[in-house]
Amino acid sequence: VAAEETYPDDLKYHREHDWARIEGDTATLGVTWYAQDALGEIVHYEPPADGAALAKDESYGEVESVKAVSDIIAPLSGEVIEVNQRLLGEPETINEDPYGEGWLVRIRLSDPSEADDLLDAAGYRQLLDEQ
Amino acid sequence: VQTLRRTPLFERHAALGARLVPFAGWEMPVQYSSIGEEHHAVRTAAGVFDVSHMGQLQFSGARAHAYLQERLSNDLDRIGAGQAQYTLLTNDRGGIVDDLIVYCRSDDDCLLVVNASNVEADHAALPETADVSAEWALLAVQGPEALERLDVEVAPFTFREDVDVLGVPCLVAGTGYTGERGCELGCAPDDASRLWDAVLERGITPCGLGARDTLRLEVCYPLHGNDISPDRTPLEAGLGWACALDKEFTGVEVLRRQKEDGPAEKLVAFVMEEPGIPRQGMRIEEGGEVTSGTRSPTLGTSIGLAYVAAGRSEPGTEITVDVRGRPRRARIVKKPFYKREED
Repeated sequence: VAAEETYPDDLKYHREHDWARIEGDTATLGVTWYAQDALGEIVHYEPPADGAALAKDESYGEVESVKAVSDIIAPLSGEVIEVNQRLLGEPETINEDPYGEGWLVRIRLSDPSEADDLLDAAGYRQLLDEQ
Repeated sequence: VQTLRRTPLFERHAALGARLVPFAGWEMPVQYSSIGEEHHAVRTAAGVFDVSHMGQLQFSGARAHAYLQERLSNDLDRIGAGQAQYTLLTNDRGGIVDDLIVYCRSDDDCLLVVNASNVEADHAALPETADVSAEWALLAVQGPEALERLDVEVAPFTFREDVDVLGVPCLVAGTGYTGERGCELGCAPDDASRLWDAVLERGITPCGLGARDTLRLEVCYPLHGNDISPDRTPLEAGLGWACALDKEFTGVEVLRRQKEDGPAEKLVAFVMEEPGIPRQGMRIEEGGEVTSGTRSPTLGTSIGLAYVAAGRSEPGTEITVDVRGRPRRARIVKKPFYKREED
């Protein structure tokens, strides 16, 4: 069951269609409704290793649909402290609940000020409108 | 600027909200709802595909049967009027120019249904045929309930013409590319929308090229351009059964020699035993290359086809697929991955 199109106000957005939920010096990362819709049914999630260092704007994993594979871009830099294990068996959760159960990783931020570069929900919606 | 061609059903696809993609020079629906749902509809009930992009070559004339018998790999003498046959068009190296279905209307009239991307190559190899692709729209209605929902009866690899299907005059053929019972319906382009609407009214699910690919891969039907090509022979591809090596056709002497020596590489089916989805072009570390791969909606595992050394092609053999730099374990299995229950 596909989710409805939403872009929650409490998240920060990267122009490569990734979101971050920042809580103190940690953040939960995922892909936006737009990204999962463009990909179609996601059938595989290739996560980073526990403890891997993510660099802002660089790929840290892959999501793959029936027809295409796509790099996941880190909206922020940091160290992986948790990978969403549920997605390894049920990657379609990303389609069903992209901002909830479909989160991808949690990281400890190495530079919280990087968040200033990200878009808010209104800014991200505007970006989508322009595409 | 390359302009994509559109089938007579393009407006129907757009109205249904299909995701449209370029395919072999055509703008085609890859999915309507979801590839998984469409796939399951065909495996459990019935689905309809617009395959009007496929090409049709016709040979009418006293020598039609004999002409094609000398140029196509399968033994055309084994079929008569009203029958269809899977066959190959080969080059002088024994490579596969195209795989196609020949419909024998009579000894002096045969219709070939060929891959969209190969119409020109086929026509060049068979210059005495006429390209009549523009005269045909083609729908594939596939699935265990396909025939009963259409009120149509047709035996596998037979066909009839001028059959009334839901009020539209059609060529009805017991052929398809999904491994399920079903038929393909040829009609005039002007009748295509009327036929499409009537088929959907029977509760048949519209299906795109995405599901067409996962369905054909589960039953190990080769896709030209992926699994077979002018550089691969039928014997390498496991299509020796479609080659009558005791008759003359283009490249047959190469194939006879290869049959004697055994091909160096063979097309095998494999299942991933570690995470990752195999894709065309991925390297096999023990030697070889993936030609097709997907997540199988029916099996829930990742499956693929690959050319590997003949000495390492037995079912049970372990191989390692290079999934974008990550070595992932897979195992060769017996073809096909899926077989429908006989009725």
